[in-house]
Amino acid sequence: MSTWETVIGLEVHAELATESKMFSPARNEFGGEPNTNVHPVCLGLPGTLPVVNEKAIELAIRVGLALNCSINRCVFARKNYFYPDMPKDYQISQYDQPLNTDGFVDLPNGTRIRIERAHLEEDTGKSTHIGTSGRIAGADYSLVDYNRAGVPLLEIVSHPDLRSADDARAYVQELRAALVAVGASDGKMEEGSLRVDANVSVRPAGSDELRTRCEIKNVNSLRSLGRAIAYEAKRHIQLYENGERPIQETRHWDEEAGRTQPGRSKEEAEDYRYFDDPDLVAVDPSAEWIEEIRAALPTLPAELRAEWITAGADPELAGTVISRGLGPLVAEATAVGADINKTLNHAANTIDPEELGQLTPDGLAETVKMELDGQLTSTQAKTVLQDLMELGGSAAEIATSRGFEAMDRGELEAMLDQVIADNPDEWTRFCEGEAKLQGFFTGQLMKATRGQADGKVINQLLQAKKNA
Amino acid sequence: MRTALEIANLVRSGELSATEAVEESLASIEAQEPQIHAFNTVVADRALDRARAVDQAVAAGSDPGPLAGVPIALKDNMCTSGIPTTCSSKILDGWKPPYDATIVEKLAGAGAVLVGKTNLDEFAMGSSTENSAFGPTRNPLNPSLVPGGSSGGSAAAVAANMVPLSFGSDTGGSIRQPAALCGTVGLKPTYGAVSRYGLVAFASSLDQIGPFTNTVADAAVAFETIGGHDPRDTTSIPQPVPNVTEALERGADGLRVGVIAEMMGGAIEGFEPEVLARTREAADALAAAGAEVEEVSLESTIYGLSAYYLIAPAEASSNLARYDGVRYGNRVAQGTSTADMMVATRTAGFGAEVKRRIMLGTYALSAGYYDAFYGKAQRVRTLIIDDFNAAYEKFDVLLSPTSPCVAFPFGAKADPLTMYLNDVCTIPSNLAGHPAISVPFRTGANDLPVGVQVLGPMLGEAAIFQAAAVLETAA
Repeated sequence: MSTWETVIGLEVHAELATESKMFSPARNEFGGEPNTNVHPVCLGLPGTLPVVNEKAIELAIRVGLALNCSINRCVFARKNYFYPDMPKDYQISQYDQPLNTDGFVDLPNGTRIRIERAHLEEDTGKSTHIGTSGRIAGADYSLVDYNRAGVPLLEIVSHPDLRSADDARAYVQELRAALVAVGASDGKMEEGSLRVDANVSVRPAGSDELRTRCEIKNVNSLRSLGRAIAYEAKRHIQLYENGERPIQETRHWDEEAGRTQPGRSKEEAEDYRYFDDPDLVAVDPSAEWIEEIRAALPTLPAELRAEWITAGADPELAGTVISRGLGPLVAEATAVGADINKTLNHAANTIDPEELGQLTPDGLAETVKMELDGQLTSTQAKTVLQDLMELGGSAAEIATSRGFEAMDRGELEAMLDQVIADNPDEWTRFCEGEAKLQGFFTGQLMKATRGQADGKVINQLLQAKKNA
Repeated sequence: MRTALEIANLVRSGELSATEAVEESLASIEAQEPQIHAFNTVVADRALDRARAVDQAVAAGSDPGPLAGVPIALKDNMCTSGIPTTCSSKILDGWKPPYDATIVEKLAGAGAVLVGKTNLDEFAMGSSTENSAFGPTRNPLNPSLVPGGSSGGSAAAVAANMVPLSFGSDTGGSIRQPAALCGTVGLKPTYGAVSRYGLVAFASSLDQIGPFTNTVADAAVAFETIGGHDPRDTTSIPQPVPNVTEALERGADGLRVGVIAEMMGGAIEGFEPEVLARTREAADALAAAGAEVEEVSLESTIYGLSAYYLIAPAEASSNLARYDGVRYGNRVAQGTSTADMMVATRTAGFGAEVKRRIMLGTYALSAGYYDAFYGKAQRVRTLIIDDFNAAYEKFDVLLSPTSPCVAFPFGAKADPLTMYLNDVCTIPSNLAGHPAISVPFRTGANDLPVGVQVLGPMLGEAAIFQAAAVLETAA
């Protein structure tokens, strides 16, 4: 039997971080009491007309540039279908003339994934089905919240260039890092501001045919994305190996059951009857505007990662920091002299990207420098960073107010002598080679200094005393 | 009955109170409405309140604006905050918009006083106002005849002197044709000259708001009041509204007038001979006033009707999707699913003509048919624009009948295609986005008024008002 290759294309929907909605003055904000972020326009009330949010265009262009796309004159079109979440029973989207086309993303492993298009559209509202099942079938009634209706979305469509679940995850991570870095989106999958649909098919390895694909929806995390793709590919392979074939359909990922399920069966293929929206005029970004936006773009995550690796950073650490969206912070901290690997370490392990608070690149750089100079232990450095995030200020001030003055070596030595005097038997056994007692003495000394001693310095002192 | 300008001037000078003007209007409505049924809603108390506010402003020495104290009526497809806006459809019966259309704000800002909302063919689809869910409007000149449509209520309200000024919407002739059949002036401005924000959409690329008046001068001041750029409508033209009042006194000397051959007994058939005769007389009157009049052929206009009946229903099928029973208006809670409810709501809520156009439009946009229908219709539209533009290199304005016939009896055009032919002269202007005005010019069969249409290029309102004023004098 031949081996199989998985073929994946992803459609990523990113909510753009604008103040107001795509075509309506209503606020664009996650959460909020149902139906409070609404306006006659995004409720689609009779007589209302959409007006393009220029900020959404700008953010979309930023993403387009970050993804190496061409930026085009674009036209909004109506995608017609009946759905209670959708106030007008059509969605304003872009069809044959999208804003961004023909870009690419390079994965950390060097694979180039081509982007077919990244177009603007409006989000739908959300239904809640009230009844025992919690699903639409069998619900007693349903409630609709239009707070999300009309929120700007950028739909980023890749070519079917991905070949594994790992690549798919890496691609989404790269995309998310770029979206966050250019300030276009907060990229939170758990809040639904980044949503991923996967088109999955398989083919005999080495073939270049495109077989019947299934679209997998309801993938709410990177982990689910990987699992869903792996499951679906396996399902297709089994079907082919049993002499059957998959049918083209939309399937939903069931996280608990760990499998994809067919969506509601549709009697016939949807015909969205796209046509240019007569309420809107074409958007034709000028070359000057595009260049202005390009000039204001930050260094992009992939570029940062490459720079760091060249400067001696651990590639895995660099990747983690990029995917956590902390690239710009680290870049600015290292620009003022912070050590790259130490900074990356904190960015990967200590700093919560969701709770950056008052932390500035200068504060981070200062902390890293103090740690490197031995003024702070690594534990203390973590505490200082937490305080910087919560309270702000300077690392030196925090260290002082916390009592994190670097323990004088002589002082520590005196304390060690006291610990040895209090535990003569243990000291003798340690000197005779019972190495595990090192932990005992370190612990005693930490206790005596209330955790302010640097573990490395204690280690040096212990060895020096023992060999003395 | 005084004209709008007469009322406004008297109110501004303190010789007439707005309250008196509005009371007169309300009395006229009360007396005639049982016979005519021009209105879906009359807001007497609100109107009197507003009139008093205008009077107080005058008393306080401030100028309420160019339409001070003028009672006005709006077609019931323009959103009025807190006042029902039904589109003469059961599906919106009782719905009160939470906001005002831009035109409502502009008119209030000019001192006009809204007295009521007028009847129309449901969602502005029709040419006789027989398609209203609330019963037809009757022609004030002869109640056994239709007033035309779809803005039949607004035309009748002005023709019956219930108000001196009303507003309609014109998608394929819905202002000009009822103006012709009721003997009033009716203007369809350039597409984008008047904001559509708050006008319930029928066909978004064709809809345009305009006035009905008894005089050309009233139409001019009305247009100047409601026109201009609106940031809430991105299809509105970012230019100040043209001054057209200036043009009324220019006469026709040197005006280059092209008479559209296809609409004068040429390629398009079915015109009443009296209508053609009056239109020729109108051309002669312009020539007598010094205009250079010539016949001109606009070949592609003969396809206008066919293109229109693909484009307008296509847009309508999408615009009218939102009436699904989920958010506002009537809901028929039948069946076991949301889809069942939507189907039941739309089946009960829409009349036959609206359903017909939704089906036509849905079909025209369907995969596999788009190019043959909607796409081809859009190409015809481009050809019509090209034809017009070529003609406007030689002419300042064009002339044609407004409607092939005078007012007709109820039920006379029960076959939809026969009814659609009413708009054959008016549709090309909508497809091109150009302005056109219908002016009453003498009478045709049964002594009923004939309307003559003056067409102009994009933002060519001044020229069409210039010609219209000459025709008004010559009529």
